[in-house]
Amino acid sequence: MDYAHSDDGRDGAVTLPTAIKILVAGGFGVGKTTLVAAVSETRPLQTEELLSERGIGVDDLDGVESKSTTTVAMDFGRITFDQDLVLYLFGTPGQGRFWFIWDELALGALGAVVLADTRRLADCFPSVDYFEEHHLPFVVAVNCFADARKYSLGEVQQALNLDPGVPVMLCDARDRESSKEVLIALVEHAMKRRGTRGDGQEGEH
Amino acid sequence: MTSDHPESLWVDEAAGPIVRPYAMTRGRTATKALINVISLIRATGTAPPLRPGIVPEHIRIVELCRERPLALAEVAAHLGLPLGTIRVLLDDLLSQKLVQVTEPANTQLPDDDVFEAVINGLRAL
Repeated sequence: MDYAHSDDGRDGAVTLPTAIKILVAGGFGVGKTTLVAAVSETRPLQTEELLSERGIGVDDLDGVESKSTTTVAMDFGRITFDQDLVLYLFGTPGQGRFWFIWDELALGALGAVVLADTRRLADCFPSVDYFEEHHLPFVVAVNCFADARKYSLGEVQQALNLDPGVPVMLCDARDRESSKEVLIALVEHAMKRRGTRGDGQEGEH
Repeated sequence: MTSDHPESLWVDEAAGPIVRPYAMTRGRTATKALINVISLIRATGTAPPLRPGIVPEHIRIVELCRERPLALAEVAAHLGLPLGTIRVLLDDLLSQKLVQVTEPANTQLPDDDVFEAVINGLRAL
């Protein structure tokens, strides 16, 4: 990066906080934004990225308008712990075709929560596959919808073919305490896994 | 319909901005480096006046990031513009030293004490 050494302008001597990022993934309508809203200090904000067919990093000025673009929206929230530490929670678009956005979001992320709905368990396959492949620590949180049949956590683990080390838990994404527990479980898991992935595999994009 | 101009049927809030994001960036879609969505942006001074090379969106970014540092995603959300557009505008502001961009550690995991601070912070919520 060629910004880091711009020392001029530092006279304000403001120490910038450390920004941490956690992803909240899962299928459409599984409650990602609900979970983000349950713990964030403000209403979740929305941001979007335009995807086009062009190659990334090609500075072409020709015919930009004619190329097909898709808009991918992401909801995110912020938790300011203190002036030195800020946590951002990003709801990631569930569909696997938005890999470009996923790579960007996953870069430097502490870990991910995969929200699952037992009525549509297959919806979280792309997220699980992605995080396994990219060695990003994740937990699976089963959002308890009232009309969903109850499965045991073992059944969910088996159905998703998860590594035995991946925490699986029940949650209510609307509930602040429950959502906090999920995030704490993720950070603890990420911390534990820290020693086993010191080779920087997750930062290759 | 109460409207006199047929065009106004199409130009409402749902239609989005009238100026295409590409127009604001004069067609540029690529930046020197991919600024992370949680990169923190801080203004180095007061907002510049409108002048050639400075569009109102540049000014808004500087104004937003004067109060406290904001993440790229927050700036994009407040301006209602795509992340890519904000990245191009930030490139301009960086080259004029009007903002500072601090990238998070992308490849290296935070120290144990950061993990612990996050856990404690979450518990205390």
